[in-house]
Amino acid sequence: MAETAYVPTKEDFELLTGRDITTDKNFASQSYWKGVAIIVTAIILLAIFGPILSPYGYRDIVSYTDEAGKQVVAKGISPQIGHAGDGAFDQYTFLFGTDDLGRDQWTRTWHGARVSLIIAFVTIIIDMIIGMSYGLISGYFGGAVDAVMQRIVEVANSVPRLVIVSVLAIFMPKGMGLVIVALLLTEWIGMSKIARAEMLRIKEQEYVLASRTLGAHSMHIIFKQILPNTIGPIITQVMFSIPTAIFTEAFLSFVGVGIMLPQCSIGSLIENGFNNITTLPYQILPPIIVLALQMLGFNFIGDGFREALAPKLEDM
Amino acid sequence: MKKYILKRVAMSVATLLLIMFVLFVLVRIMPGNPFPSERMNAEQIANKRAELGLDDPVLVQFGRYMAGLAHGDFGKGTSLYYGAPITTVLGTCISNSFRIGGLAILIGTAVGLILGITAALNKGTFIDAFCTVFSILGVCVPGYVFLIFLQYFFSYKIPFFPYFFDSSRFLFSSVLPALSLSLFTMSTVARFTRNEMVEVMDSDYVHLAESKGMYGNMLVTRHILRNALIPIVTVLAPLIVDLLTGALVVEKIYGINGIGKLMVDSIAGEGVDYNYVLALGILYSALYIGIMLVVDILYGLLDPRIRVASSKEGDA
Repeated sequence: MAETAYVPTKEDFELLTGRDITTDKNFASQSYWKGVAIIVTAIILLAIFGPILSPYGYRDIVSYTDEAGKQVVAKGISPQIGHAGDGAFDQYTFLFGTDDLGRDQWTRTWHGARVSLIIAFVTIIIDMIIGMSYGLISGYFGGAVDAVMQRIVEVANSVPRLVIVSVLAIFMPKGMGLVIVALLLTEWIGMSKIARAEMLRIKEQEYVLASRTLGAHSMHIIFKQILPNTIGPIITQVMFSIPTAIFTEAFLSFVGVGIMLPQCSIGSLIENGFNNITTLPYQILPPIIVLALQMLGFNFIGDGFREALAPKLEDM
Repeated sequence: MKKYILKRVAMSVATLLLIMFVLFVLVRIMPGNPFPSERMNAEQIANKRAELGLDDPVLVQFGRYMAGLAHGDFGKGTSLYYGAPITTVLGTCISNSFRIGGLAILIGTAVGLILGITAALNKGTFIDAFCTVFSILGVCVPGYVFLIFLQYFFSYKIPFFPYFFDSSRFLFSSVLPALSLSLFTMSTVARFTRNEMVEVMDSDYVHLAESKGMYGNMLVTRHILRNALIPIVTVLAPLIVDLLTGALVVEKIYGINGIGKLMVDSIAGEGVDYNYVLALGILYSALYIGIMLVVDILYGLLDPRIRVASSKEGDA
């Protein structure tokens, strides 16, 4: 074998830091970001437009009149690709099939995704506002105010979500309202902790002192000057709270205290699929896949945000 | 350290008492009627109320309830398991739930640790990629969905395991629920162990040990694992609590007579059973606070830095 001159590669000029590639910021920002962005955008778009693409509403039972003049309900059609040539249904492909009552599963799945996304976004945004304000105020004033406010957080944090749900079930009718209130009562705690930690870190900085010296009002300092600097970690927490909210909705609806008939959500669709699993095993697949993709997308966005916003972790 | 433990215990007990009181008052001041009224006339309801002492002042009732609790007496249900003492019903349910939950924690932690350690030691290989995919899957798909599939394939398609829980064949019939409950724990522990190990393996003291000629098992067990495992204790606590929530659906699906199913029955049925909600609320809160307490103390024992920091904060 002939000796060939060694051609130095780019790696030869880089220091071996032994850094783990999966926690590398550049890696995170390049490769899976694109995939995640596609998943999340696709799900949100389909949740908005998916039901419109089908001629059937999420509550419509699909049926047609056959030659003998009898009403035939399209119960339990398996997912189909291309036209099945089933008489009156030639015009439309049941991509996800139909459910046990003959409703178009495509419409129902995306309607359910829409419901669970709306619940997640609404509750998490309200929770963000509550938790952020609470944490910032508690951290800014410190002393007795902080002590009292933190004891409240501690007690609130010691109540399992399940207990809150069960007590709410006594007070409220089951349904979307119960899911939203249950999430409102629990998810703000995490946000307030993060906001407080950020406040404690920031409030000793010079610009805050300068503002105070100039006679700025506390509320002005907290919400106009410090808040914008704490937004990064809070957004990260928000991104991790969205999957929690989606999960909680699915779980409560499955158990029977969440979304009620005739509404549907991812959780109630999974429950319905479970009830018919022996006869229509395909019915459960679409909601589960959508749920998993939602979780995947938002968890990854959270991870990405955390890595992008916390360079400190890597510089240590 | 003694002072720290005492303080934490006292605080936990105080929190629990406060939660019990609030729960009790909330459940008792309910408008509405705790009995399924269709089956009873006004006089019967009045008699029943008098029998359960529901017409006394709330504080008197609370005192009586606490006195009962001290003897392990939770009272009687108002609509569920009509007439049977709650303590008896709870006893069976707790034993079922705890055995399956314990099994799940055991499987989850053991397999998770093994997976995580193997992945970290073989960083960048196929095993590592498998571990990553597995842990993502475990976080994105709820455990009960796995149970639905396991039940469908291994109890229905291939009737190997029982389709529903059978307490006479406890170990055999708890394989599927314990396995599906453990998946979330497994994947979280695996991911966490892997990341911690990778981080520790890159630390200065491990490099030092390596440069002194230490290698193999000795290095892993003496230097890497010891330090990597400390933070895992903290993730285990929320995981155990999540297990309680997850068990709710798993018990419903697999027909296990446990506390989760009892909770579902007491809130999702036709009428809400106030006394069961109360008893289960107290039980869940006590469990939750207990786990938090144990973890806090354990963490303090394992990592002296935490102890110092928290006692300083406490003294200030």
